[in-house]
Order: sequence, then C-alpha cells, then structure tokens
Amino acid sequence: MVRETHDSPPATDPPMPPTPFLSRSVGRRGLVTRTVTGLATLGALVSGAGAVIAATRPAAAQDPAAGHGQHGAGGQMVPLPPTQDPAKAASVEHDHGVQMTVGDVDTAAMGYDPSVYLTAFDYGTASTLPDGRTLRDYRVIAVDKEIEIAPGVFFPAWTYNGQVPGPTIRCNEGDRLRINFTNNGSHPHTIHFHGIHSAAMDGVTGIGRGNINPGESFTYEFDARPFGCHLYHCHSTPLKRHIHKGLYGAFIINPDPQKHGDRAKGRHPEYSESRQWQEFVMIMNAFDTTFDGENEVYALNTVAFHYMKHPIRIARDQSVRVYLINATEFDPINSLHLHANFFDYYDHGTTLEPTLRTVDTIMQCQGQRGILEFSFKDHEPGMYMFHAHQSEFPELGWMSVFEVV
Amino acid sequence: MAESSFPVAAEPGDTPRGGGATARWIALGLFPLLLLALVLALIVATNGGLGDRVAPPIETLNVQRVTLPAPGTIQLSVVNDGPDPITIAQVLVDDAYYNYGMTPARTLGRLESATITIPYPWVEGEAHKIGLLSRTGVVFEAEVPVALEAPARDVAAFARFALIGTYVGVVPVALGLLWFPFMRRLGRRGMDFILALTIGLLVFLTVDMFGEAQETALLAPGALKGPLLVPIVALLAFLLLLTIAGRKSREPQSGLATSSRIALGIGLHNLGEGLAIGAAFALGEVALGVFLIIGFTLHNVTEGIGIAAPLVRDRPQFRHFAGLAALAGLPAILGTWIGAFVYSPFWAAIFLAVGIGAIAQVIVEVTRLITRGATRRDEPALNWLTLGGVTAGIAIMYATALLVA
Repeated sequence: MVRETHDSPPATDPPMPPTPFLSRSVGRRGLVTRTVTGLATLGALVSGAGAVIAATRPAAAQDPAAGHGQHGAGGQMVPLPPTQDPAKAASVEHDHGVQMTVGDVDTAAMGYDPSVYLTAFDYGTASTLPDGRTLRDYRVIAVDKEIEIAPGVFFPAWTYNGQVPGPTIRCNEGDRLRINFTNNGSHPHTIHFHGIHSAAMDGVTGIGRGNINPGESFTYEFDARPFGCHLYHCHSTPLKRHIHKGLYGAFIINPDPQKHGDRAKGRHPEYSESRQWQEFVMIMNAFDTTFDGENEVYALNTVAFHYMKHPIRIARDQSVRVYLINATEFDPINSLHLHANFFDYYDHGTTLEPTLRTVDTIMQCQGQRGILEFSFKDHEPGMYMFHAHQSEFPELGWMSVFEVV
Repeated sequence: MAESSFPVAAEPGDTPRGGGATARWIALGLFPLLLLALVLALIVATNGGLGDRVAPPIETLNVQRVTLPAPGTIQLSVVNDGPDPITIAQVLVDDAYYNYGMTPARTLGRLESATITIPYPWVEGEAHKIGLLSRTGVVFEAEVPVALEAPARDVAAFARFALIGTYVGVVPVALGLLWFPFMRRLGRRGMDFILALTIGLLVFLTVDMFGEAQETALLAPGALKGPLLVPIVALLAFLLLLTIAGRKSREPQSGLATSSRIALGIGLHNLGEGLAIGAAFALGEVALGVFLIIGFTLHNVTEGIGIAAPLVRDRPQFRHFAGLAALAGLPAILGTWIGAFVYSPFWAAIFLAVGIGAIAQVIVEVTRLITRGATRRDEPALNWLTLGGVTAGIAIMYATALLVA
C-alpha cells in the first residue's frame, strides 16, 4: 500500500514548488513569501497611486516566518504589530474607495488555505487488485465547522474533511474507487458523485443506502469513469441547504493515454508530457449568510477576494490548465472571464478536443464544470485579472488575479 | 398597633420617633431590597434554571444617521441596541465590498456607538445602499435616498437653515396673529366659533404629531424605543402642564397665559417640523425643498389664529405678540439646525411627545374658555356652531397638510 500524493504541476523551477498535501504549512509559508511582491504591486493596481491599503489581520493568522504585513503602494512592507486585536479600530488611509474586503482570513485557524487548495490533489491510498487494476481508498468525514468566508465573517458550514470545498479527489480512468464515508455531522448526509456508477452507489436520499445518519458510515465503490472534470456533493434533502452549506468538492479523472492516445498524456501526471502544465482547481461558490436565498459572499474556493490578496503565481513558460466547477447555489449561472487572454474550453472535460476554442468568457450552470487551457507565454509579466462577468459577483468577492512571472 | 413590627401599622404621614426607631424603620424598608438582591444573585448563579445559553448571539444594530460629509466619503453613525456585543466585519456599498474605517472600535458592546467611514465615490443625485456585515454574516442595511453633500457646519449653513426656519415658523405665526384685530370685532358667537376652530386645529396637530412621533421613535435604538415612549412622555408632559395651570384654578385664567401655553405647544410642534425639514435637507432631499417650505408656511399660518384667539378679551400689547410669535416660531429654526447637524431620532421623538402633551393641555384650556361662557348662560357648550368650528379647524389643517404630503 503506497500513499500517493501528487502535485500539479510536477514543478520545474522557479514557479510553484511542490506543496505536498501532507505538509501544508511548509507549502503555505513558501507561497506567502513568494506573493509578497505581488501584493505590493496589487496594492498599486487596485488602489491607485499614492494609496495605501490598510489591511488588518488577526494575530493568530500570522505566520511569523512568512513575514505578513501591511503593504503599501510604494512596495515597502510595513510589518504589523506582533499582536493585533481584530476587534480594534480599523483605519482606512487612502483617497479613493478600495473595492475590497478589509483584512485577511485566518487560514491557520480555519485549517484551510485557498492558495494550497488550488494544487492539492488527493489520490487516496493506492493498492493493486488481483486483476492488476489500481484500487484507491479515500476517507471522507462530514463534520460541522465554522469557516471564515471573508475576513471576520464566519459561516456555520457543513464540510467534507473540515474544509469547503472538500478535498479534491483525483484518480486515473479505470481505477477502482472506494470512498469510506463517515458522517460526524449533525444532519444526515450522502456523497453523490458525478460519474458512472450503479444506483446503489448514487448517494441519494431514499435510493440504495440513502442517507447516512450522524454517526454512521458507508463505503461508496465504483469505477472511475468517464475521464474529465467532475464534482461530488451531498444529495440529502433539503438539497439547496446541504449544498450551499458547503458539502461539495472536485472529482478529477485523468484520461488513460492507452485508450485515448497521446493527447491524453498532457492531462495525466504520470506522463512527462504533463510537466509543461500547471494545474489549478477552482470551484466557484457563494454563501448566503442571512439564509434568505440570496448570496452575500461570492468566491473562488470559498474565501472572498482571496486571490486578489494572494495572487496565483504562474510561470510564463508553462501552460495553464484550470479545472473549473460551479458549485454556486441560488444563482442559476456563474461565469469566468479571463483578462488579456483567450482559452480553449472542454465542457465537463470529457473530451480531448476543445468544445469551445479561443474564448475569454464561459458560463456554467449549477453543477456544470469544464477545463480551461491557456498560456501566457507571449505576454509580458504582470497581474492578469479573472473574475465572473456578472459584475455583481466580482464586487462581492469572486475576483482573482494571476501573477504572471 | 404601635407594637406591630410592620410599617403598615403606621398612619399615613407618620414619622417614627427616636434614633433606634428610625434605624429600624430604614432596615424594614431595605429588607425587601436585600431579599431581591439575593434572588437576583441566585438567578445569575444558576442561570435561572435555563441551562447554558446555546442560541447564537442576538445581533442588532441601529443606523442613526448616514451622511456624505465630502465627495468620495460616506459616514454612518451606528449604535448597538441589542443585548449582545456585535462586531462589524465587512461593509458593502451598493452590493460591493469596500474598505472602511470604524472608530472607536469594530466591536460594540450594548448601547455603544461608533462612526463608520467608507471611502466611496458616491454619485450626486443618485441613491446608494449600504450593508454592514456582522461576524455571523447578518446584514444591516442603510440607505442614501438622494446623494448630496452634507451641509458644512459654517455660518452660512446656519444662516441658511435659520432662514428656512423663519419661513416655516416665525413668518406664518406672525401673519396668523395679524388676524387679531379682525377677531376682536367678532361677536360672542363669532368668538366661540374661532375658539372651536382653534380646538379643531389643535386636535389635528395632536393626531398629526402623534403619528410623526411614533414614526420617529421607531428609528431610535431598540432599547430606547418601544410603542410606549411617545404616549408616556406625552402623558407626563400633559399632566405636568395641567398641574402648573391648575395651581391658579381659583383665579380667572388670563388670556395671555393661555396663549403663551398654546404658543409653547405650537413651538414644540414647529421644532418637530424644523427637525424633519433639517434632516430631510441633510439627507439630500433638498430637491423636494421649495414645495416643502411653502407647504409648511401655509399650514402654519392657522397656528397664529389659535394663539391669538384667547387674547381677544384682553388688551395685549405689541411686545406680547412679538413674544408669542417668537415662542411659537423660533423653535422651528432650532429644529432645522438640530435636524441638519445632530439629528437623533430618540430626542426628536421626545421633543414631539412633549409637544403633544403641551397641545393636549391647551385643548383642555381652550375648551374650558368655551364651556365657562356656556355654563354661565346655561347653554350646552357643544352646539352646531362650535361643532362647525372644530370641523372647520380640522378641515383647514387637513387641506393645508396636503401641501406638505
């Protein structure tokens, strides 16, 4: 039995050193150090010349080794005082409004960092079946947990493995999957995988084993197919609430090059062709903090504006592949618009030929997903924004930036 | 009876004699208080038998005032009127997150207040919506109905508001008083009609002010408002004025004294109108202004008649009229200043409630003027003439009130 943890990309130097799933804190520290310059530049970008973003950050969130601090448009770092009470007065010292949340979330306290989540793939515990196929065992536990979705704003979430979105379950086409699910939450839950499987394994209230009650366990077992970019989510009723409370995650099946030819190799981390790609998982989600059927916070991977404050660094000499999933509740569609560039789009990721070529905006209905492929090879380095193109969503948190180096 | 240990044995008005008896008497008075303290301590110690509190905190926030002190700045005064502390985590303007400053602190204890400053490029003449997000994601909303820069607190602004106050307060009352020579030439029946008309005017004002006071009270912080605030304050003011007036009940009521009390009541009413006008101007509703001023001016002319009516049997001098006009009219100027610069719904409601009490007491007094004459002549006070007068008074006020609506 070998515990496999892959990272994407299998990193050339310098961008994105491996951020192993099991050594999260090391990875986060590295990432944070690297984004410091990005932050300063971004400060100038969003607040205008001479403006200073005054970001307060809870003391507990600060990693002493990481050198977090307030950043000025001039690029100099202003270290925060060693202890800063988030309840103390916040100050704004700039001429124009900064369209942004105040402060930063405490990723350490939450046990979830959106910057780490981007490239954290759980390949489970692999073993070989008598017929030679790979069996992968995953452990998923549902727990109730308060998560910080915007600085200082806490949401009483229902989670898979204590994080929203749940862990990215990744495997190869044709693998046998066993998802050992335990419900330690306060309500009945299931896991419903988007994929091909029997009715008994569908994870729906009232069908097969149906709801897994608090304290109970169940193992979902099926073959990994078809290849593509999928998702899993709770299918207990009331469905809207179970999904929007946070029970969803990415489910990625790598195509088998032996079945689909060389084109599949670029999407399969076991082949060297995949090394020219840097891959990210992005789930568009939102939170209705007032429980009135309308979202107050929109985000990419849960935390509003996280990738504005911590830009996603990409290397120009590598192509970019984004596994994009829409888990937004209440709004029928969500979208992604990439600035200054165009991409090929593979709806559901179930084909190796793009279903849309050379577009800069795509939309997805609830539960829809796909793969985006693009490159910044011929661009000059800089900050390249991407966000939902329903203008309301970026202003409520679904706004991000790539730092191209 | 003297041996009884209970104070009920004492005759009303009795005072205990001797030092020891006094101490004993005081102890008996304190004994129930001591028991009460013990019971309260027990409730606190045992949590009243309710067990630990598991419910989420009750978060309420009262937005006292929204102003636009300068281009690109929105300012809010807020009060925590709930039982639990509240932390403002993020601020939305027009459904977009914005950086903001909050002094003295982002966490407010019970009845603590703070000022929130949001750098935001508001658009003159347009509406804006502000949302304050608490730690748990509860949204408290406030609005800017018509964006207009708040009047600066300079001499020119005070002068401008004083002019408005003069138009709606002093001028109409003074004009109304000019009917005095006309009224003097009226016969007994004509005078009864005018007095009845005055009652009608005042009845309308009472009802009108009560509605306005209740509306204003609703905007006051929760712990201070409640449906009883206005009626109780009005009742106490009424009883107080009745007590003051009743002290000389043996002597014939001087017309000037009655007129002064009418002027005082109307003055408080005009203060309320001034508050409304000043606040409306401060909130940028100045576009509606000229008609508002004309409406109030016409509406208030009739108030002068009411003030002058009790004087017709006296020989008042010019300075009396000047004093009455000032007493009834000048508070309008004070009201516009308060409304424009330091408006507080709580105090506005108090002022209005006192005004209601004052006017109600005046109604009693003017009614007495009519009934005294009628009793002397052994006629019913309420006849077709006086009923017609009351009806006409209400009708005039109603018709002129339409100009303000």
